[in-house]
Amino acid sequence: MSDHYYAPEHLKAFGSISEGAPELGKKFFEYYSAVFAPGALTEREKALIALAVAHTVQCPYCIDAYTTESLQKGADLEQMTEAVHVACAIRGGASLVHGMQMKEHAEKVGM
Amino acid sequence: MTISLPASTLSSRRAPLADPREQLARLEASTAGRASFQETLRAAGWPDLTPASLEIFQINLGKLCNMTCRHCHVDAGPDRSDAMMTREMVDACLRALDQTPAHTVDITGGAPELHPEFRYLADAAHARGKHVIDRCNLSVLLLPRNAGLAEWLADREVEVVASLPHYRQRSTDAQRGDGAFEKSIAALRLLNTVGYGHGNPRRILSLMTNPAGAFLAAPQSSAESEWKTALHRDFGITFDRLLALNNMPISRFLEWLIESDNLDSYMSRLIDGFNPVAVSGVMCRNTLSVSWDGRLFDCDFNQMLDLDAETAVGTMTIESFDFEQWQKRSVVTRTHCFGCTAGAGSSCGGSTT
Ligand code: SF4
Ligand code: SF4
Repeated sequence: MSDHYYAPEHLKAFGSISEGAPELGKKFFEYYSAVFAPGALTEREKALIALAVAHTVQCPYCIDAYTTESLQKGADLEQMTEAVHVACAIRGGASLVHGMQMKEHAEKVGM
Repeated sequence: MTISLPASTLSSRRAPLADPREQLARLEASTAGRASFQETLRAAGWPDLTPASLEIFQINLGKLCNMTCRHCHVDAGPDRSDAMMTREMVDACLRALDQTPAHTVDITGGAPELHPEFRYLADAAHARGKHVIDRCNLSVLLLPRNAGLAEWLADREVEVVASLPHYRQRSTDAQRGDGAFEKSIAALRLLNTVGYGHGNPRRILSLMTNPAGAFLAAPQSSAESEWKTALHRDFGITFDRLLALNNMPISRFLEWLIESDNLDSYMSRLIDGFNPVAVSGVMCRNTLSVSWDGRLFDCDFNQMLDLDAETAVGTMTIESFDFEQWQKRSVVTRTHCFGCTAGAGSSCGGSTT
């Protein structure tokens, strides 16, 4: 067992998560690869979305994996950085728009 | 990883990696404990990598180049006038070509357009009715000594296969040096002006992309439509097809992999990405590769590693070329071959699947 959280080897061994629940594991990984197959969106677009979401869920495994994947699907550093800014803007905007709740409540209870 | 390596050839620095034996040793060491390429092929149903029909006669005129790209598998550069094919050797190539059914003559280097015999060879191959390919780094077309070359190529219906790592500046300059992207765009505009890249089969403009780093090439067909849209939108440039090629872990790219501590992970990526379907299309099966000094190889990569082709009559040269024996050989393979079979496969003609 590793003596720290987020060990890089976990990503390579991810498939073994199925050992505890093989049927669910199988379903998950099949679903996962179907999601990333080219469809109405290209593989590159999907990789960039995944990269942005990885930053939102702050998953270091996904950040490494989808950085490589975005590059491999033909994106470059500028496109990837813009994707991260999209995640950042939505996170920031989502915090700020909750301010409307604060504002309304403050107006209600204040004089 | 950003690391600064001198923009010069391994050979001028007398770097240990200038020796192909050192390159092969580093590749072996990095993949110790994993199945070899031969074992992997065997397990995939290829006990022997045998030739298909010979289609492409690839002539490497030499290592002289006006650029010094960091990923160069040839270790080419402005100081490499030591390795240049002579007129006699070019004539020997043409005699050998006449023994074969190859429909395409693929001229490479270095920058083949800097070679004094380039036009002689392209003319002679065109006169024989062959499809001629010029593997072009684009910037070479802008040199004053090459004024008028784009029209000259168009008149002979030479296909220009131009390398461009990315349709955006940053990745291109990272690999080819500052200013390379701008020159590439100017050269592509020039090619468009003389009729290249507009869907005319007599003026084919192909772009060849390889990743700017330790990862695999993008999927060719989806990348092609994205590249076409972007180059047209941003620069008004059109081209006919995109070829996506993996970087081979040899020569200066190998040096970069070692210096940036990416070698082991890149080799694992290539090995884990082995795609049995990509094997039948690897270029050694339909190509003959001649070096500037008249030696024969299964491909340009083997040429750079000094892995001479092996036939039943031993090592042949272009002067002793025997087509029948050539077709009976087995291809010489080593660890670097995983670069051709990873992902969608990779060859001088782009992906192999
Ligand atoms: S990659 Fe091509 S253009 Fe760059 S140095 Fe090598 S031969 Fe020249
Ligand atoms: S490196 Fe050359 S010999 Fe090896 S698989 Fe690729 S084309 Fe064939």
